[in-house]
Amino acid sequence: MKAPAGPPPTPLLEVNGISVRFGAVQALERVSLEIRRGEIVAIIGPNGAGKTTLLNVVSGFYHPYEGQILFEGRDRTQLRPYDVAALGVARTFQNVALFKGMSVLDNIMTGRLLKMRGSFLLEALYWGPAMKQELEHRASVERIIDFLEIQAIRKASAGKLPYGLQKRVELARALAAEPKLLLLDEPMAGMNVEEKEDMCRFILGVNDEFGTTIALIEHDMSVVMDISDRVIALDYGRKIADGRPDEVRADQGVIDAYLGVAHA
Amino acid sequence: MLEPGLDTFPKLALRNAQRLPRKVAIREKDLGIWQSHTWSQYVEQARLIALGLAALGFARGDKTAVVGDNRPQLYWAMLATQALGGIPVPLYQDSIEKEMQYIVDHAEVRFAVVEDQEQVDKLLHVRAQCPLLEWIVYADARGLRQYQDPCLLSLEELKERGRKFAQDNPGYFDREVARGSGGDTAVIAYTSGTTGQPKGAMLSHRNLIETARSAIERERLTDAEEVMAYLPMAWIGDHMFSFGQSVVAGFTTNCPESAATVLADLKEIGPTYFFAPPRIWENILTSVMIRVDDTAWVKRRMVHFFLALARRVERRRLAHRAPAWLDRLLYPLGWLLVYGPLRDNLGMGKIRVAYTAGEAIGPELFEFYRSLGVNVKQLYGMTESSALICIQEDGDVKLDTVGPPLPGVEVRISETGEVLYRSPGVFQGYYRNEAATRETLEDGWVHSGDAGFFDKDGHLKIIDRARDVGRLSGGTIFAPKYLENKLKFSPYVKEAVCVGHARGFVGALINIDLASVGNWAERRGLAYTSYTDLAQKPEVYELIRQEVVRVNRSLLDEETLRGAQIRRFLLLHKELDADDQEITRTRKVRRGFVAEKYAALIEALYGTADHVNVEALVTYEDGRTGTVRAAVRISEAEIFSSAGAGAA
Repeated sequence: MKAPAGPPPTPLLEVNGISVRFGAVQALERVSLEIRRGEIVAIIGPNGAGKTTLLNVVSGFYHPYEGQILFEGRDRTQLRPYDVAALGVARTFQNVALFKGMSVLDNIMTGRLLKMRGSFLLEALYWGPAMKQELEHRASVERIIDFLEIQAIRKASAGKLPYGLQKRVELARALAAEPKLLLLDEPMAGMNVEEKEDMCRFILGVNDEFGTTIALIEHDMSVVMDISDRVIALDYGRKIADGRPDEVRADQGVIDAYLGVAHA
Repeated sequence: MLEPGLDTFPKLALRNAQRLPRKVAIREKDLGIWQSHTWSQYVEQARLIALGLAALGFARGDKTAVVGDNRPQLYWAMLATQALGGIPVPLYQDSIEKEMQYIVDHAEVRFAVVEDQEQVDKLLHVRAQCPLLEWIVYADARGLRQYQDPCLLSLEELKERGRKFAQDNPGYFDREVARGSGGDTAVIAYTSGTTGQPKGAMLSHRNLIETARSAIERERLTDAEEVMAYLPMAWIGDHMFSFGQSVVAGFTTNCPESAATVLADLKEIGPTYFFAPPRIWENILTSVMIRVDDTAWVKRRMVHFFLALARRVERRRLAHRAPAWLDRLLYPLGWLLVYGPLRDNLGMGKIRVAYTAGEAIGPELFEFYRSLGVNVKQLYGMTESSALICIQEDGDVKLDTVGPPLPGVEVRISETGEVLYRSPGVFQGYYRNEAATRETLEDGWVHSGDAGFFDKDGHLKIIDRARDVGRLSGGTIFAPKYLENKLKFSPYVKEAVCVGHARGFVGALINIDLASVGNWAERRGLAYTSYTDLAQKPEVYELIRQEVVRVNRSLLDEETLRGAQIRRFLLLHKELDADDQEITRTRKVRRGFVAEKYAALIEALYGTADHVNVEALVTYEDGRTGTVRAAVRISEAEIFSSAGAGAA
């Protein structure tokens, strides 16, 4: 259990009334929410509710046609994914997106890419500051490998690993960027009970150990109830609930959305 | 006898720090890199931990529970405890809470030094039942930052308190070390015990040091050895090899990165001195053979050809005969093409001395490693003898014996066929268990509980646990383990339990090996969903039946055991598991428990039905329970008579 923290001054992320449309489909409609520093927020909702779209907007894949996104108090509604990552937002994907032919170690090293400085020539020669930098990056990657207990597959080819491990490697790569905000899109989809328990342990550990703020999309309600500090529910592109896990679970609107009440 | 200045482990470690200050004492792979600690660092770390414990109020005679994977910090904690005149009590790291509670309570543990959150959680849960437990010190803080319990302390903080304590009490550590003597208890090792509650064998510094020393002399070990510490710290074997002998001889102990990386780490370290129970030797062989089968046809043929050749040569060598001339001619070529590269690949290129013990090793397995030039030998020992009783000598190795006794060890066979021994390594008694001590220890002789005899060359041969040897109703001697071992030599059989005492014939409960039978099924396109499903396939029954028939046929050569062939058998629907208390943590079958739990199955073996319905309770590591239901088939196997033909 986490100790309750006092209300921090500014939220890490503020989303104010954003709307996204794909053709005739209104994916998000005036959604507002905030994510505070150090918390774990779960985003729930039935299929097609707009959860992944919301994550894509935050990470800069899509841009809303109205509304505003503030990260650490600064407007960055129109930034591209590359810039968002540079600000300190990392993510994993619903379908694992690793470099399948590369080793686990190299995959995680790519997460450090934004932190690498120095000239191409020095890097190629592996000399001077480039070597020092490479060693520092490797050391921080090794800490993550140790943390996620994947030492045994360090040199294995990522594409050949079982699914549960690939998910873990993906989390490792996201962590390698030392994000302030970590976005996880269904980190436990397709996992068995034991793998899920491991993943819960790692997510709580990341939050506890590195103080990383985490927003995750998850369908397994027992997982959501166990690990999140706050739950945000979406349905048909609208936010229908936002509060403590037990409050949201008891919310009539959320229950209707999941059980499928006829919509006008 | 021991020199007075060197009669305890802390004194010996201090000597190492003086004589070999820059020699690496222990290595650990951490963050992907091997981190080395010299003998002077080893002692310095132990000193800080000891002073920290002293600052918490550690008194002479106090016990420290040590729980976790093999980590330098935990070995230091053991030395630190001994330095203060205390007694380390290593526990199995995969113990469930109930087992841990029993030992922590029974051993009157006041301090615990553990590896990580997993162990802290278990100890916090049992603390209410263990009123004497005061402090839990952890080495790895991950996941523990939010824990507020005042009895928790990180190892770093403990050492910090130690530094402060040292300023107020200069010379404290050295004085405490000097107060120790060889007769003090050095460790309480709880035996996993195939029956009843675990018993805590007290071993003195003298017991362990003299035993370590005589084995070091026999095997000519030096401070240049490299040993791998990967078996549980609570097991006396690891205590002897990775701690006892390392401190006495000054050689290097290597701690792998994690349990899953042992084979890769083995390759990086290239130990010179190596111990593995048969199941590990087997795992290594399996992993090699899988890779061999994946290679190109030419290479595969080459490897199999040369391995067969090496095996022929080794068989003759074991029988003290010269190899055939053609084999002798081709052997060096095999060395160049197969044996050398393979040894290097396994991390066995530098091994001078390797042991197998604990269980009987399959002939195929034993010959495989020996034919590669890996000097694998058998040894015999137990916790009560400071781990060592008999070791085979170089150049005089046999498949089915455990070799002659070590110097200083006397072994005799009682009238009932039980092995008795007496040596400087014989334990001081069981902690707080006078009755068990009296039962086991008689005038310095220990009742091993094993049935065995000496062969004509003076090698001890162990056939079974003395109390398990029974008779069929017809009077034939029935040694269950002997049969079970023969069954387990098959790659498809993971575990077996034979029954037959006071019965008309022998029956067997068999566990298939999921990996190899699964692989076999895959190659045949046989689909299965679970362990239970696979085990109950008629095809699998036929596969195992052939193995049973092989065992029955091999018994024809055994004068006394010929009548005890296996007539009916079944394949168990679940694996025997230590969490269900069916086997011990060291994978020995708890026969009485199994006989009780599977009574219905055993009755069915002696009935006429061809299947039986079962429902079994399984316990998960966190203590929850679940149920498994299945219909288990029963199958028959041919019995051979000495005439050599037909089913009986």
